Amino acid sequence: MKLETIIGLEIHAELNTRSKMFCGCETAFGGPPNSKTCAVCLGHPGSLPVANREAVGDTILLGLALNCEISPRSIFHRKNYFYPDMPKNFQISQYDVPLTRNGHLEMDVGGKTLRVGITRVHLEEDTGKSIHVGESGRIHGADFSLEDFNRAGIPLAEIVTEPDLRSPEEARAFMQLLRATLEYLGISDCKMEEGSLRCDANISIAVDGQLGTKVEIKNMNSFRALQRALAFEEERQRFAIESGEKLMQETRHWDDASGTTHPLRSKEEAFDYRYFPEPDLVPIEPDPAWVEELRGRLPELPQARLDRFREQYGLAEETAAMLTSEKALADYFENAVETGQDPVELAKWIAGDLVALLKEAVVPVRSCPVGPRGLGELVALVAQKIISGKMAKDVLKEAFQSGRSPAEIVESGGLSQIADSGEMEQVVDEVIADNPAAADDLRAGKEQALKFLMGQVMKKTRGKANPEMASDLIRKKLSG
Amino acid sequence: MAISIEDVEHVAKLARLALSEEEKETYRKQLSDVLEHARIISEVDTSEVPPTSHSLPLSNVFRDDVTRPSLPVEEVTSNAPWASEGAFRVPRIV
Ligand SMILES: [Zn+2]
Repeated sequence: MKLETIIGLEIHAELNTRSKMFCGCETAFGGPPNSKTCAVCLGHPGSLPVANREAVGDTILLGLALNCEISPRSIFHRKNYFYPDMPKNFQISQYDVPLTRNGHLEMDVGGKTLRVGITRVHLEEDTGKSIHVGESGRIHGADFSLEDFNRAGIPLAEIVTEPDLRSPEEARAFMQLLRATLEYLGISDCKMEEGSLRCDANISIAVDGQLGTKVEIKNMNSFRALQRALAFEEERQRFAIESGEKLMQETRHWDDASGTTHPLRSKEEAFDYRYFPEPDLVPIEPDPAWVEELRGRLPELPQARLDRFREQYGLAEETAAMLTSEKALADYFENAVETGQDPVELAKWIAGDLVALLKEAVVPVRSCPVGPRGLGELVALVAQKIISGKMAKDVLKEAFQSGRSPAEIVESGGLSQIADSGEMEQVVDEVIADNPAAADDLRAGKEQALKFLMGQVMKKTRGKANPEMASDLIRKKLSG
Repeated sequence: MAISIEDVEHVAKLARLALSEEEKETYRKQLSDVLEHARIISEVDTSEVPPTSHSLPLSNVFRDDVTRPSLPVEEVTSNAPWASEGAFRVPRIV
């Protein structure tokens, strides 16, 4: 029995337009309940929606980035359902003629190139937020719910993939690449914690090539949660199949705290959204000139930039992937390269210490206190052996905290390495004289003794000795 | 084309309508008539006619991405039968 995991994703990204999809209410996150609502997004009788051109353009741009066809004529549909998160009792969405469809996104994962089909990218409006009040704090067993429609009507791009992903790792990698793509396009804030980027997944296990029962998983609020939820569900389904149990087609909820999925009580009736064309909105027929103008706005996309970074700068795949995961970070790197320092060294510093500092301080790379030129300066100081790599870490930290330039910190703090050979020779002589036993050991070829003597040199110089120069000198003096 | 009482009950449930047995029968007949009407129309050969989703000869009506003032927050829930601190209160959902 050959088991194969089949995963498809459905991703929702809030577009970062200033105003909502069909009305002029602002889209900023937060604020008192219902402070960003009007007759249109509250669904008052007689109010009429008008489509936001920017949101339509953003969706077409995303479709182009995902190699989709742009529909010459596209319409909105009403998706009807009873749930208090939509005051109209329907959501304006798209059905059989989405703005864009039939695309793909290529990504490098696990040493091979994977082509993930994009079924469609369509435009719809976001729903409101419900807060369930009661002892359980959840929808089940709540006494009542509070509805806030500030989010209702924010433009939402829905991206549906083909079931082309074969493991939780691939699903996570795809989601990260898609997030990066949205970020490069500058059309979404992509904050999974704030819910501006959300992901549902369909997962099933094919047995000997026969498709299995599909389960939908919801409520994964981070990349890690997506991977964990899919890994749990993969295991659950494989176990069920191997023990001859029957799986149910259902929607399951991911619980991050317990690390498990559990079934959502199925709605009383099967979903029957009774889609019909939205009569209040006229069709969209994108002018080919507009589409071409949008195509001209496409930036170099993450995978292309990753490939170029490897080729042009000789970066390892992992480092290149890290640097291109965010446009601002990739830009930072290329600006640093302009200082003329070694790209591999620069990349190492950015992907390592700098990203760690940014993460710790929760600072976006755009506002990094150490600019690309500052980092170039730091790498130059190490390259010229003015400071050691170890000292450079402290200098970077200091520069990050104080905003001073690395060169200035080294100057004023007396952090420069002892690279003067006369001064160094004196220290080495003293250390050898103070530690005759270790010196004898090294003469006899015991390499461990070198480490000990180096430690003594560092101690004497309070870490300021250039390690290479010191060890060369010790060897020279003790080579008999 | 006739529809069954079960079809009527399904549609009524989707629309959250409580119908008496008598009403179900009335709507069963009326809805059947509507479908029959549609069936007659569908006999016309429309293979050369593009589907009509909208009756207006209009497309691409857009607004610029500009914000406009929202309603004063105290007005938003002024018509709501049940509200608290600016939010609409609704009875338990499930
Ligand atoms: Zn509004």
